[in-house]
Amino acid sequence: MNNKPNQYQCIAVFGGVYSNHYALDALLKDGRQRGAEAFFCLGDLGAFGPNPNKVFPLLQKENVQVVQGNYDHSIGNDLNDCQCGYTDPTDNYYAKISYDYTYANTDERWKAWMKELPEELRIDLGSFKMLLCHGSPRKTNEFLWESTTSTHFLEKLCRDYHADAILATHTGLHWSRRLSGNRHFINVGSIGRPANDGRQHVWYAILTADDDQIHVEFIPLEYPYKALAEEMRSERLPDTFIETIESGYWTTCMEVLPGKERKRGKW
Amino acid sequence: MNEHQHKQTSRHPSLELESLDYLWFQVAGTLCNLMCKHCFISASPTNDAFGLLSLEAVQEKLEESVQYGVKEYYFTGGEPFINEDMIPILRSAMCYGPSTVLTNAIPITQDMAFEMAEIEQESIYSLEFRVSLDGFNAEMNDAIRGKHTFRRTIEAIQRLVKAGFLPIITTVMTWPEHKHEEVMAGFLKTLKDVGYTRPRLKMLPMIKLGGEEQRTGGYTDTEEVTNDMMAGFDTTQLICSNSRVISDKGVHVCPILLNAEDSLLGGTLEEGIKPYKLKHKACYTCYMNGAICSNPSSGSEMLFTEKLESHHE
Repeated sequence: MNNKPNQYQCIAVFGGVYSNHYALDALLKDGRQRGAEAFFCLGDLGAFGPNPNKVFPLLQKENVQVVQGNYDHSIGNDLNDCQCGYTDPTDNYYAKISYDYTYANTDERWKAWMKELPEELRIDLGSFKMLLCHGSPRKTNEFLWESTTSTHFLEKLCRDYHADAILATHTGLHWSRRLSGNRHFINVGSIGRPANDGRQHVWYAILTADDDQIHVEFIPLEYPYKALAEEMRSERLPDTFIETIESGYWTTCMEVLPGKERKRGKW
Repeated sequence: MNEHQHKQTSRHPSLELESLDYLWFQVAGTLCNLMCKHCFISASPTNDAFGLLSLEAVQEKLEESVQYGVKEYYFTGGEPFINEDMIPILRSAMCYGPSTVLTNAIPITQDMAFEMAEIEQESIYSLEFRVSLDGFNAEMNDAIRGKHTFRRTIEAIQRLVKAGFLPIITTVMTWPEHKHEEVMAGFLKTLKDVGYTRPRLKMLPMIKLGGEEQRTGGYTDTEEVTNDMMAGFDTTQLICSNSRVISDKGVHVCPILLNAEDSLLGGTLEEGIKPYKLKHKACYTCYMNGAICSNPSSGSEMLFTEKLESHHE
């Protein structure tokens, strides 16, 4: 148990909810069973999935501490774009469909709540100084992919931002790298859609600290994906989004993937 | 400099290097196996204004780059694969970070493609190829890139695909805007027809320098970046805010302005980290299009500040 504020030994960290309230509900139960003292969400609460308002009561009920993602910033500030950072026209086409639906279906009180979310959180995990952000500490919508992020870049981020470990999401794919000086970078992935690996489950991270180590465990999270797909159908979301949920492979917003990550998928 | 000249130059903003995220290597200088009509540095088999980079020179800069936290490495020319050290260079670079080669791919044999696939498999990083193709048929492409280059590039793409790569086919938008969708569809069909079933495309604006200036007339007087255009502009869109280029002469501000006298900033990365004045017409192309040199996986970090229509009222 934590003895003082922002001091933990075991936490559950997730990102990219994308309105997947089924996965969020499953995660909150699963995380407690695994001994998490607290839950942290690294942002992007809406997008892609159905009925965005269903996410917020679950977050509040479990006192989840939330970092603002680019999506939350856009919805909260009534912007005309999700700021996802895509450069390809096809990626942006589907991002726009998703954003317009999410914006139109998010209550004003939740927009106001998202507008006030912090850009980063700092906590202690054991003796480690942890920095929790959405994309990177320097830019909310920076993509930190496993195969296109050099190790010395991550080490510089840790130096510049005075952190033993940086936790991020934004890309939707989980990975971690141990850095020099017992520092770490952890992309916790996304619980909003599968990891482009042909499996329907989604991923989050359990982090524990002992005397001189951080242990990172990525958890494959089963959830009622068929119910999610059915709800997406009833909300008339694009069939191609539903295909992702049912097949486990990304079907949209893929041009942003680096070569290695793209090859692991089907499309 | 007289007073009038000073007034003219000071109209242009000066941009700091915010972080050295991308380090480019002009590995083939201005030497190329082709003579494309739109080449903004007029690379050719005989243009040796900039020469090849040696493996040792690249390795020295790779090591120097570590302290700056460089995130990705890019290799360009000319045609990188006329540099016989290119595969050893990539083998070294992939130990440091993700690497991308901008190439017409024609010199890449099947054995080379397989060897580079092994290099990628042994690394935690992606090895990307950006393959230039300027038309979805021979008539369209060869008019710009030269006779038989369409067939030869398609065959090279097939060799890369056979080795397991998903090359990013890069095209300069030389067609009128109203034909864009038709051309995009043409590229996708052509590539799928030759066996590249998951084609990746990247469209580039015309850089109206070098060969392209001769071909279409260059920039107009109003195409420039001035101080008053910078209010509210996200400067991270400009490559000179996050990149530098290594040539056989030293460290340059960006790969587009290689031939500009003031693009050479110094001999070391430390000397290359100085502000740069955006006084060239080509700066306008970057200003208008943003993120044109980096891969789609780097994303656009542009932050939108525009409100939805209903909230303007």
